[in-house]
Amino acid sequence: MKHLLSIEDLSYEEALSILDTAHEMARVSDGPVKKLPTLRGRTIVNLFLEDSTRTRISFEAAAKRLSADVINFAAKGSSVSKGESLKDTAQTLQAMGTDAVIIRHSASGSAHWLAHSPWMNGSVINAGDGTHEHPTQALLDAFTIRKHLCGGAGDLGGMNVGIVGDVLHSRVARSNVLLLSKLGANVVLIAPPTLLPVGVESWPATVSYDFNREIPKLDALMMLRVQQERMNDYFFPTSREYAQYFGLNRDRLTLLKQNSIIMHPGPMNRGLEITAECADSARSVIVEQVKNGVSVRMAVLYLLLAGSSEIASAVNAEVNA
Amino acid sequence: MSAYLISGGTLADNTQKDILIVDEVISEIATKVVSASAASAVVIDARDCIVLPGLVDLHTHLREPGREDSETVASGSRAAARGGFTAVSAMANTFPVADTAGVVEQVYRLGQATGLCDVFPIGAVTQGLLGKQLAELGAMASSAARVRVFSDDGNCVSDAMVMRRALEYVKQFSGVIAQHAQDPTLTVDAQMNEGVISSRLGLKGWPAVAEEAIIARDILLADHVQSRLHICHLTTAGGVEIVRWAKARGINVTAEVTPHHLLLTDDLATSYDPVFKVNPPLRTLKDVMALREGLADGTIDIVATDHAPHPTESKECEWQSAAFGMIGLESALSVVQQTMVDSSLMTWEQVVDRMSVAPARIGGYSNQGQGIRVGAAANITIVNSKKKWRVDKDLVASRSRNTPFHGMELPGVVICTMLRGKITFDGQMRAVNG
Amino acid sequence: MSIAMPAVDISRAITRISHEILERNGGSDSITLLGIPTRGAHLAKRIASQIAQIEGREVPVGTLDITLHRDDLRMRPPRGLAPTLIPTQGIEGRDVILIDDVFYSGRTIRAALDALGEIGRPRTVQLAVLVDRGHRELPIRADFVGKNLPTSRLQSVKVHLSELDGIDEVLLEEEAVISQ
Ligand SMILES: [Zn+2]
Repeated sequence: MKHLLSIEDLSYEEALSILDTAHEMARVSDGPVKKLPTLRGRTIVNLFLEDSTRTRISFEAAAKRLSADVINFAAKGSSVSKGESLKDTAQTLQAMGTDAVIIRHSASGSAHWLAHSPWMNGSVINAGDGTHEHPTQALLDAFTIRKHLCGGAGDLGGMNVGIVGDVLHSRVARSNVLLLSKLGANVVLIAPPTLLPVGVESWPATVSYDFNREIPKLDALMMLRVQQERMNDYFFPTSREYAQYFGLNRDRLTLLKQNSIIMHPGPMNRGLEITAECADSARSVIVEQVKNGVSVRMAVLYLLLAGSSEIASAVNAEVNA
Repeated sequence: MSAYLISGGTLADNTQKDILIVDEVISEIATKVVSASAASAVVIDARDCIVLPGLVDLHTHLREPGREDSETVASGSRAAARGGFTAVSAMANTFPVADTAGVVEQVYRLGQATGLCDVFPIGAVTQGLLGKQLAELGAMASSAARVRVFSDDGNCVSDAMVMRRALEYVKQFSGVIAQHAQDPTLTVDAQMNEGVISSRLGLKGWPAVAEEAIIARDILLADHVQSRLHICHLTTAGGVEIVRWAKARGINVTAEVTPHHLLLTDDLATSYDPVFKVNPPLRTLKDVMALREGLADGTIDIVATDHAPHPTESKECEWQSAAFGMIGLESALSVVQQTMVDSSLMTWEQVVDRMSVAPARIGGYSNQGQGIRVGAAANITIVNSKKKWRVDKDLVASRSRNTPFHGMELPGVVICTMLRGKITFDGQMRAVNG
Repeated sequence: MSIAMPAVDISRAITRISHEILERNGGSDSITLLGIPTRGAHLAKRIASQIAQIEGREVPVGTLDITLHRDDLRMRPPRGLAPTLIPTQGIEGRDVILIDDVFYSGRTIRAALDALGEIGRPRTVQLAVLVDRGHRELPIRADFVGKNLPTSRLQSVKVHLSELDGIDEVLLEEEAVISQ
């Protein structure tokens, strides 16, 4: 594995190995010394061309716990968000001897583009590209589900996961549908038809417009952020009506099975897709998702950067060291 | 006097004939030419080749004036000659927009000065392509450029009333409105065909209905005001159905398809390579098949390239920021041969109709599209249909390199193009000055 | 290829090491056994059960994965991590016995000491190995050795354990694949 661009590229085995590695990384994060020498001397650039403090600091924490040098390259709304200069940026980073670039960009496919451009030799990690994918978010969600509902090991066979809300604009939903189904879970997308993409029938998930009917079947419930602005683009009439049909509130919480968990990729719109009461309830694992994010990102960085694939076959000595 | 003898070639009707050209016209066609001038004629060896009348493109972006970094009338003419074209139609979306007699005459004269193909300017329908106020259509029609085709291409004339008035107005000089059918409200920020692939890639979808709704509306408008409508670059199976319905009702509508929409599909976007980003977008295989069928049965009248050059920096970026468009003059005939002729959907005679006769008729280009017959202007394209070539973006005559066919092997090598008896492209012996 | 230790020798070595550990540490009260995956972890379990037989009580036994502390990560393809399982009483103030199959350059043990330091501060750290093949590259020595096996660098030592390989044996292979 050289890059992490999308869940679509990831095999079942690779996905499981990331989760298993993350499990070990979590142990480090829980120990008294939260730092490993593993990536000493490696340079990682956080290229965040779209605002996202939480994802950026999660990657930064992960990289630093593995002793990598981290350079933050953020440029919101500047010339860098224009297409032409992504090439210049790539060339600059390459010239600086960057081992990996973690890229967040508003354009779908930008991570793929960067990884396949002739100007970048290092690893590329997709930290969210437009409305395409956000693979590490899906991995941390799978990790969280596995930890709570599957004994912390193996895949997610038989789990029923509901993803609720603005699927159309959600890279989190895209990555999760692919990953959770790959790991054996049954995914149901719950949203008004306006917030589901044309072509969703080709996804490995089922679709429902009836939140109440689905809730009792779910082991994990993933609420997506709904932006208020969507209202202006005719996706739904009012935020009140949206919350009424697709928001998670006290009444719906009572329909949930005993051990089911509530997730949200953040940042939340309390009162729109989820009430404060639900977000802060005992079922909610939202804060823990953030913590697991660091472990999962450590695992990804470790698997992409710790070894050298170039001399993979060359060195066979020291098997007994 | 100059004379050429095209020897040993096969005509579109599959007969083998020699063709004698004296000065600007075809003077004799025979199994064995007998005229005295044949003795002093330069012989062009056309064995293994098909001899076609010069191709006519009704949809070309030459970018001059204003974007000479991506193409000029001269470089575009060179690309046209190389692709076997003897006439192109320069779209109006230049800087400044070709919405006045002054700009269309400038483009027309640049074409004449280059002399590699006829350059027929297309006039804008509305001032600045803004869709609000009609441009001076009459002035452009009566200018030296004698404009008959009007289009806001790049933009859709989306206001129904503006479209109605334009259709009515051009009747006085037998003009035609070439519509770029795209409902703007259904395609805000749209990036690619809306469907399974767009749902996966997270690229904003461009629904087929955004194109079809405008086609249907404009057909009804053209019928209502009894005017002439041309649909640019049809891309959907639904659009083909609507045009077929209109023609059955006798409505005066013509339609075009581009070579790239005859060959390429939307799954190419999975590479996120903006060379496949085009307006209207690449569609599905089902659409491609419907377009081929429509072109073969005459529902679609012509092939037009929508040759749209862009500088490297407009394509060397992530998909969303990239410009729409592909170059196509140099590969058009080869793509048509591969998709339509080699697949047995069409004969070479039909190719002559779709790529020479019909586009000249729609555009009112009386000097072009006359076929290979004695007395016709000697506009000729000689193509070796048995040879293949590999498209190389670095070897194109166009100033831009945004060809989606880079690396593909295509059939049909143009070996000679002739405009009124003058060789404009010679793929075998020598380069002709442009 | 030759058999350096047959099953009976391995079994005898484990018994002896178990006794030596008890003798050195004055019983089993303070000791925690940590095996280094993969085969060291199985050896640790065997030694733990030997000690349990002798002492009539269980001793804390766990595993310590050292991958993240290796100094040769860049020279190999990325590898998966094995679990680190620290017994519930932890390692603080304990006499930790690290257990590995083959003792060679000493780099694995250096990494293990680093890994241990991140978990806590044992009273002592001791090292038990099934085979010591020499060629140390660091100033590290073993406290308990099953067998000293003189080797050349061109040879390779393979330990097979019944838990993983269906058979107990230590093999000495003559022509190891050497790169670089
Ligand atoms: Zn157009």
